[in-house]
Amino acid sequence: MQSTLSLSFSPSCSLRSNESLAFSPSKPLNLRFCGLRREAFAFSASNRVQVSTRRLSEKFVVASSSVTANGSPPKSFDYDLVIIGAGVGGHGAALHAVEKGLKTAIIEGDVVGGTCVNRGCVPSKALLAVSGRMRELHNEHHLKALGLQVGAAGYDRQGVADHANNLASKIRNNLTNSMKSLGVDILTGFGSIVGPQKVKYGKDNIVTAKNIIIATGSVPFVPKGIEVDGKTVITSDHALKLEFVPDWIAIVGSGYIGLEFSDVYTALGSEVTFIEALDQLMPGFDPEIGKLAQRVLINPRKIDYHTGVFATKIIPAKDGKPVSIELTDAKTKEHRETLEVDAALIATGRAPFTNGLGLENVNVVTQRGFVPVDERMRVIDGNGTLVPHLYCIGDANGKMMLAHAASAQGISVVEQVAGRDHVLNHLSIPAACFTHPEISMVGLTEPQAREKAEIEGFEVSIAKTSFKANTKALAENEGEGIAKLIYRPDNGEILGVHIFGLHAADLIHEASNAIALGTSIQDIKFAVHAHPTLSEVLDELFKSAKVKDRVSSPVSEPVAV
Amino acid sequence: MASSPFLSKTATICFSSSLSPSFLPPFPSKSLRPRRIPAVHAKIREIFMPALSSTMTEGKIVSWIKSEGDALSKGESVVVVESDKADMDVETFYDGILAAIVVPEGETAPVGAPIGLLAETEDEVAEAKAKANAKAAGSSTAPQTVTPTPPPATATPAPAIEQPVPVAPPASDRPGKAVATPFAKQLAKKHKVNIESVVGTGPYGRITPADVEAAAGIKKSVVSEPIPVAPPRKEAAAAPPPIPGSTVVPFTAMQAAVSKNMLESLSVPTFRVGYPVMTDALDALYEKVKPKGVTMTVLLAKAVAMALVQHPVVNATCKDGKSFTYNNNINIAVAVAVDGGLITPVLQDADKLDLYLLSQTWKELVKKARTKQLQPQEYNSGTFTLSNLGMFGVDRFDAILPPGQGAIMAVGASTPTVVADADGFFSVKSKMLVNVTADHRIVYGADLAAFLQTFAKIVENPESLTL
Repeated sequence: MQSTLSLSFSPSCSLRSNESLAFSPSKPLNLRFCGLRREAFAFSASNRVQVSTRRLSEKFVVASSSVTANGSPPKSFDYDLVIIGAGVGGHGAALHAVEKGLKTAIIEGDVVGGTCVNRGCVPSKALLAVSGRMRELHNEHHLKALGLQVGAAGYDRQGVADHANNLASKIRNNLTNSMKSLGVDILTGFGSIVGPQKVKYGKDNIVTAKNIIIATGSVPFVPKGIEVDGKTVITSDHALKLEFVPDWIAIVGSGYIGLEFSDVYTALGSEVTFIEALDQLMPGFDPEIGKLAQRVLINPRKIDYHTGVFATKIIPAKDGKPVSIELTDAKTKEHRETLEVDAALIATGRAPFTNGLGLENVNVVTQRGFVPVDERMRVIDGNGTLVPHLYCIGDANGKMMLAHAASAQGISVVEQVAGRDHVLNHLSIPAACFTHPEISMVGLTEPQAREKAEIEGFEVSIAKTSFKANTKALAENEGEGIAKLIYRPDNGEILGVHIFGLHAADLIHEASNAIALGTSIQDIKFAVHAHPTLSEVLDELFKSAKVKDRVSSPVSEPVAV
Repeated sequence: MASSPFLSKTATICFSSSLSPSFLPPFPSKSLRPRRIPAVHAKIREIFMPALSSTMTEGKIVSWIKSEGDALSKGESVVVVESDKADMDVETFYDGILAAIVVPEGETAPVGAPIGLLAETEDEVAEAKAKANAKAAGSSTAPQTVTPTPPPATATPAPAIEQPVPVAPPASDRPGKAVATPFAKQLAKKHKVNIESVVGTGPYGRITPADVEAAAGIKKSVVSEPIPVAPPRKEAAAAPPPIPGSTVVPFTAMQAAVSKNMLESLSVPTFRVGYPVMTDALDALYEKVKPKGVTMTVLLAKAVAMALVQHPVVNATCKDGKSFTYNNNINIAVAVAVDGGLITPVLQDADKLDLYLLSQTWKELVKKARTKQLQPQEYNSGTFTLSNLGMFGVDRFDAILPPGQGAIMAVGASTPTVVADADGFFSVKSKMLVNVTADHRIVYGADLAAFLQTFAKIVENPESLTL
C-alpha cells in the first residue's frame, strides 16, 4: 500500500491540493481512532465543514514550480511536509505522512533518532535491563525463595556501557532505514524557518513545504550555578555512556530520569543522595503511588535524600577535592549545608531546543523556550493568532515531554494536514518509569481528579488491587505493587490509572486504550484476560469498581451545588 | 546444646588451669588433670582457648554467654568458640566470677592462650582486672602452665568494644565535620551507632558503610555489594594488582581448615580411577526403602563399606610414607556442604550397622552439622570419604584426597544411558560414573580396580545391602 502510493510522486513536480476543491460532504467522522477526544467535536463544528475524506493520491494536481519572493508563500512546493528534527516525534510523523501519501522530507542537524534513541529512553533501558538482572542476582533472599542458587554476580562496566551504545545504534539504524525505504528524504544540517512555508537547512539550502512541523526536541536543563564538566558533574547525556560508576552520586531531581538512574546506580553498587526542590520525593506521581514507590525504591536501598532544597551551586571534582554541592532551603533561601560527593547527576528536567530556529521570521515568540501551540499543535504567533501551515510537536512545545507523546502529536498533525481533523487526547497518553519494579500511569492523579470533580461537580471513586493477589506475580515472587483506578461512579468514565509493580509499563495500555477509545468501566469489565497473567491485576481493578446504575440521561450534566 | 568434650576426653584438652604465682610455684601440670588442682590454692584462674580438635591451632570467640562480673557455677557454659569444624559451648569447671574478658567476641586466639579470667571471690575481681590490663598491654608474663604451644599473647588486643580503627587519611578541608555516605547513615541508624563517633576511612575522610560496621562490631557483609569485575586483561602478570573496589573477606575457621587440608593434600601422590556403575537395581531398592527414611547417601555409604571389607588396603592409611596402617573400623566420611564451608560427618562402622540404623545416625549427624554441633570424633574419624555431586546433575568429577585417608570416592549423577549388552542388544539403563582418588603409596591401580568392581557388583545386586 505504502509503496504504491509513493509511486505517484515524481521528484520534479510539486504537489498541491486544494482544500476547497477537495471538499466533499462525507460520512461523520470515524470516532474510533486513537486519542480522539469525544468532547473535542463539540467545539469543532466549523472545522467539520472543511473536513474531507479524500484520498490524496487521487487528487494530485501538478503545478509548475515557480520561485516566489521571500516573505510571501510560494505557489508551489518542494514537499508536502517538511519536518525539522528526526527524533521519535519527527519519525512518527514522517511515517504517517508517507502512509497518507504526502511527499515528505525530514531535516536533522545531528543524528537520526534524537534524544530518545541516542541519549534517552533507549540507552537508559539497556542500563535498566542490566540493573534489573543485577538486582535479581543479588537478591539472595528472593532467589532462595525460588530455590535458586547463584554465585556472586559482578559486572564489567565497559560491557554494560557497550550494550547501551550498541542498542542505541541499532535502533538508530532501524529508524533511518525505515524512513529511507519509505522514500522520506533525509536532509542533513540544522534546519530553520526563513519565512512562511520555507525552510533552510545546512548552509544555505532552501526548501519549500506546504506544511512544516517543528520537532526539535529538548536538551537537559541545567539550573544556574551548576557547572557541568561531563565527568563528575553530569547530565543524563553523559550518564548514559556510563563512563564511570561513582561510589557516591548525588542526583538532583527525583522525577523519572532521576529515579531511573538511581535504580541503575544502586544496582551497580553506588550510593545515592537525592536532592529534590519540592517537599516530597517523586513529585508528579500520584501521591499514594509515590509513597509506596518510596517504600520500595528508595528506603531499602542505599539512598538518602534532601527535600525542599535547591542545589544552588555545584562545583565538579578537581584538585583533589570532591564534588561540592551547596544546598539552599527552597523556602527561606538560606544556605542549609554543603555536600561532598563523588559525582552529581543533574536530572532537573529538560529545556526545549528551539534557539536558532528562525521563529522570529514568522513572528513567533517562545515562552521559556517552548513554542506556543493550540490543541492541534498549530503554532501561535506573538499576536495570538495561528501561523498557517506551521506546527510544533514534542518536547519543543512542552505539552507532554514524552517520546511517544511527540509521535502521537506528529500523527495527529499529519491527520490534519491530510484533511482529517484530529485532536489528541493527552489524558490518554500513558507514561512509565522503568525502575524495578516499574511505575506507570495514564490520565489524572487522584488530587487532579478531585480538583476537576470539585470544579465540574461530579463524584470521584477509587478502586485498588494488589499484585499480592495475582497468581503470576506470586509465581514470580514479585507480589509487591498496586494498581489504582480513579473513575466516575456515575458514568463509569476512567479518569486515571496508576500502576506500581512488576511490568507496570506494559500493563498500562489496557487502561490508556480504554481512555483513548472512551470505553467505560461497565464495558471493559467484561473483557476477558488470559489466566494466569499480570493483566488480571487490571481485570480485577475494573471489576472492583462500583459504577452506579444509570438513572439520569447519558449526558453528564453539571449538578447544582 | 552445651557440650563439654573435656569431661569425656583426656586431660590434654582443657581450658582452665590455676594461676597462682603468689601462693604456689607453678605446677608441673602436664602430668596432672587440671581439675585435681585444689581450688584453695587458686584465687584467679585463666580461661584458656581450648583445643576442640586435633587439627585446631586457633579458635574464634563466637560469643561470650556470660559477661564480666557474672557469677559462674561449675558446669555452666561461659563462651562459644568456633573451631575449624564446629561451634562449641565451653563450660567452666569452677565456681567463681567472670572477672575479665581478655579476648572479645569476634577475635581469634591460639589454642592455650588465655581468653578470660575467673576470680574466686569479689575481692579478686579488681586484681584480675589489673592482670587483664597488664596482659592487654602486651607484657604477657603469666606462666603458661598447661599448653605446650607458646601462645603469642600479644596478638590479643584487649579492651573490647573499642575496635582498632585504621588511621584515617587526611580528612577534607573542614576537620571535625563528619561526612557519611547514605548507606553508612542507614547502617548507623540500624545498629544504633553514633555516627559522630565513627572515624571515616573512606575517600576524603568520609564515613563508609564499612566504618560503621566496624564500629558496630560486625563482620563485613559478604553479599550485598555487586563487585565490578575488571575486564580480562591480556598482560597477566605474576602478581595481579588488587582490583579497586574488591572486598577481602577473611576465612572463617572452617574455611581456613579446608584451605590448610587442601594444601597438605599436595604432598600425597594421588591417582584416579573411574568406573561406570548401573544403578537400576539400586534405584529400585531406594524406592522401596525411602519410606523408611533411608537416603541415597546412606545406601552408597553402605555399599562402599561393604566393598571395603573385601579390600582393606583401600581403607588403609599411609601415615609415615613407610608403612601401611590398616584401620580396624570402616568409617565412611561423607562430604556435606554447609553454609560457608564443608564438613565430613562420619558414619562409623558402616559395614557393621544395618541400613536403618545408619540412616538414623546419618540424620542426626546432618542435623548436628547444620547447627555446627558436631563433636570432633564425629567428623575426623573417617577412613574413607564419599562425595556426591550427582544431585546437581554433575556426571563425573574428581575429588581431592583428604589428608590421613587412603581414598575418596566422587559420585556423579545417575543418568539413563543407551548400553549394548554382550549379545549386542541395546537397552536404556541408568548409569552412574564414580571416580576414586587414592594414595598411590599404598593403593595401586589393580587394588582400586578390584575394589571398584566389587563396589559395582554390590550396587548392581543390592539385595545384600538390606541384610
